[in-house]
Amino acid sequence: MGGARRPPRRLVGNWVGVVPFFVFAGLFLIGPTLILAYRSLEGADGSLTLDNYRAITSPLVIQAYGASIRLSLVTALIGGLVGFGLAWAISMGGLGKSIRSGTSTFSGVASNFAGVPLAAAFIFTLGRIGAITSLFEFLGVDLYATGFSLYSFWGLTIVYLYFQIPLMVLVILPALDGLKRDWREAAENLGATTGQYWRHIAFPVLLPSVLGTMILLFGNAFGAHATAYALTGGSIPLATLLIGQQISGDVLNNPGLGYAIAMGMVFIMAGSILIYSLLQRRSERWLR
Amino acid sequence: MSGGFLSLEGVRKEFNGAVAVDTFNLDVAPGEFVSFLGPSGCGKTTTLRMVAGFEQPSSGKISLAGEDVTYTKPNERNIGMVFQSYALFPNMTVGDNIGFGLKVRKEESAARKERVAELLELIHLPDKGSSYPYELSGGQQQRVALARALAIRPQLLLLDEPLSALDAKIRDELRNEIRRIQRQLNITTIYVTHDQEEALALSDRIVVMSKGKMEQVGEPFEIYNNPATGFVASFVGQLNRLPATVVDGAGGRLEVGGTAVRTTSTVETAPGAQVSLMLRPEELTLDESEENVIHGTVESVTFLGSIVRVQIAVNGGRLTADLFNERLLKLPVAGDPISVSFPAHACWVMV
Amino acid sequence: MVAVTISTAPIQAAAEAPAPVELQKKNRLGAWIVFGLVAIYFLLPLAATFWWSLRALKDQYTLEAYRRLFADSNFLPAFTQSLVNAAVAILLSLLIIMPTAYWVTLRMPRLRPVIEFITLLPFVIPGVVLVFGLIRLYSRPPLVLTHTYDSSRILLVCAYAALSFPYMYRAVDNGLRAMDVRSLTEAAQSLGASWPTILRRVIFPNLRVALLSGALLTFAIVIGELTIALFLAQKTFGPYMAELTRSKVYEPSAMAIVAFAITWAAMGMIALITRPRKEK
Repeated sequence: MGGARRPPRRLVGNWVGVVPFFVFAGLFLIGPTLILAYRSLEGADGSLTLDNYRAITSPLVIQAYGASIRLSLVTALIGGLVGFGLAWAISMGGLGKSIRSGTSTFSGVASNFAGVPLAAAFIFTLGRIGAITSLFEFLGVDLYATGFSLYSFWGLTIVYLYFQIPLMVLVILPALDGLKRDWREAAENLGATTGQYWRHIAFPVLLPSVLGTMILLFGNAFGAHATAYALTGGSIPLATLLIGQQISGDVLNNPGLGYAIAMGMVFIMAGSILIYSLLQRRSERWLR
Repeated sequence: MSGGFLSLEGVRKEFNGAVAVDTFNLDVAPGEFVSFLGPSGCGKTTTLRMVAGFEQPSSGKISLAGEDVTYTKPNERNIGMVFQSYALFPNMTVGDNIGFGLKVRKEESAARKERVAELLELIHLPDKGSSYPYELSGGQQQRVALARALAIRPQLLLLDEPLSALDAKIRDELRNEIRRIQRQLNITTIYVTHDQEEALALSDRIVVMSKGKMEQVGEPFEIYNNPATGFVASFVGQLNRLPATVVDGAGGRLEVGGTAVRTTSTVETAPGAQVSLMLRPEELTLDESEENVIHGTVESVTFLGSIVRVQIAVNGGRLTADLFNERLLKLPVAGDPISVSFPAHACWVMV
Repeated sequence: MVAVTISTAPIQAAAEAPAPVELQKKNRLGAWIVFGLVAIYFLLPLAATFWWSLRALKDQYTLEAYRRLFADSNFLPAFTQSLVNAAVAILLSLLIIMPTAYWVTLRMPRLRPVIEFITLLPFVIPGVVLVFGLIRLYSRPPLVLTHTYDSSRILLVCAYAALSFPYMYRAVDNGLRAMDVRSLTEAAQSLGASWPTILRRVIFPNLRVALLSGALLTFAIVIGELTIALFLAQKTFGPYMAELTRSKVYEPSAMAIVAFAITWAAMGMIALITRPRKEK
């Protein structure tokens, strides 16, 4: 609604309502981040330097970051594909409304279930004396002798998927709903088979959304701490666990490095959120 | 482009026990433009979708060019369809959209390009080939949708309320475009709409539908001037309806609110029976020049531009009269007494 | 760790595409297979944990593990602390977000992108990094909050409130949009209502569902949160659960089931209250 602008003397009044928000965000979100950024640029003698960032190439850090990136990529890929398949099944597979809403609610639960309870549940399932491990034993297979361990990279992947898949489902469902029925009918009418419809229309239209959400999943796994901590107690090298250890005591023998890797994590997360929003905007244009 | 000969025999559709379309029978000649006209929920879209193959009839038969296509899959029927929401594929350019049907049929890329250019010319959008749908206006998108449906050289063209989503002015333009193209290509066409003006202006024949049933099939002039049922009479065009008592059925004499009226439509019922007298507003004159004269009082006068609409209270009801505007017209004033007259052939009786 | 909302919009019925009958059947079979396999993956851990939670006493099925859990002297204090933390965080978040969302919608729409960016920060700053920064920022003068248990607790609750901003803001913003707050406010003003009255009688009642959703979501996030509580040395439910997992054998399974039930209750309530109403 256009119209005459209010005279400037109300400017102060206009800001009053949002000041608490900015103050709070400044104190508890922006402030902590800024102090880490500042300290990460602080050299041993107090001067401004990028040395801390250069020190990131130390083997301990590379190992932790590498493992985190690998874990996040794998869970994003698998979680994305499986999540997409599940979302397709409940929205277009003809399974009924109650299955869809039930799965939707369960997805909300599962994605919030992460942390200690999730880790505990999997210990009771696939841990050394877990129910499934015992089941395998009963069938004559010693799961842990084959090299499998819940407390390894692949074990962690299996656990992470428990909240990655639901996240994918929840975010991609609206995109699937956005596929207009008319498009499928128009395609059919023009002679396309279901396969051709998916290949030429549905997949291309969904691609930005799917990619963007997979990147969201990547960020989600990358920043996860509680589940890994509860499961491994910090014994597996992961970026978040490393930062956690740095908080409790200077395990890197270089406080500045600790800040640098924390900021490194922020940069990676920020990058992933940025790419995600760009892709979202592109897909919204098509799926409006 | 020769059209197919389309035939629907006893086509019926039920959803969970409710009848959506009841015994639909229609033969469409090649090159004919037929409209399905009716209010929402009358079954017109369902019937169209059965012809397209998106719904399967519960019983009955649909044949196209002599072939039974009742259970053929929609992607094997070679029918072109235009949707109300345009349904253009958002990830493809206009050119790719139009050429999609040909691509699916594995036509060569050169032949495809030629055909796409041909169609862009036909719809008067020759330089929009590499634009994307979201860059086009509603009217342009619908034209592209039409081109896309025609690209595959279909035997039959189906349009599902294609103009409903457009502004009034664009609607008029596009309406004429559609008819022009249809005539030029001589393609058999089924057009679904709830807008009676559209149906009247475009069609060779109209099927008026209500609650799943065919009320009347005929040419626009017939439908308007000789409506078969009360529904058709009131749905198509404005209608005046006055309660009347039969005086002499065979001679068409009635008594309407105390006045004697003669009509050329005869009635089989006995004297004293209660019937309705139907009149079109444009056939009433505001003087006593015609055979039947009814007196009343002016209720309101609405100036609509080319038409002046006068509402008159008469004994037993209300009449709406439409007059053409004239520069020197003296508009009636509310509250004045007035006479309304009409010839005997301008009214008819409904029991 | 991104905690996710169920979209607060009612679930749109996916249009039933009337594909020819045989294709529909093939589709449906494939869908059931996919659904079935994934369902197995998700239900197996729950079933296994539940099974374990009934086996506290040898060779019989009892609820002994649950009894021990609730009888644990550390359980109730930790759970209560978390409950109180959640309540305060929710209140704080509401008190800050509601006026902010209202203000931005009505008075300063230009600020919207800035506000939305800030509410995205919790997704960009992982919990472990946030607590790192909080500790470094508040362990030295001028503002020292990390030296006592209670002051750290304040820090914790404030951090939780900040982490709930994305969900609270989105819920309130959606709610305001759904009720067309501008028109309602103008209508109320033209009828002579004052600002407090407008807030109380017009805005708040229409926002109840949105506020409740935001609150329930925040609750689900806070109740079992581990990372920040751990590093701030708080004895809340999250660290308690972690300790339990390390020290006891059977109780953790009961604990996991209880935690799941609580989360399910919260999410289920959200789904219930955001269901499309019959009257519109």
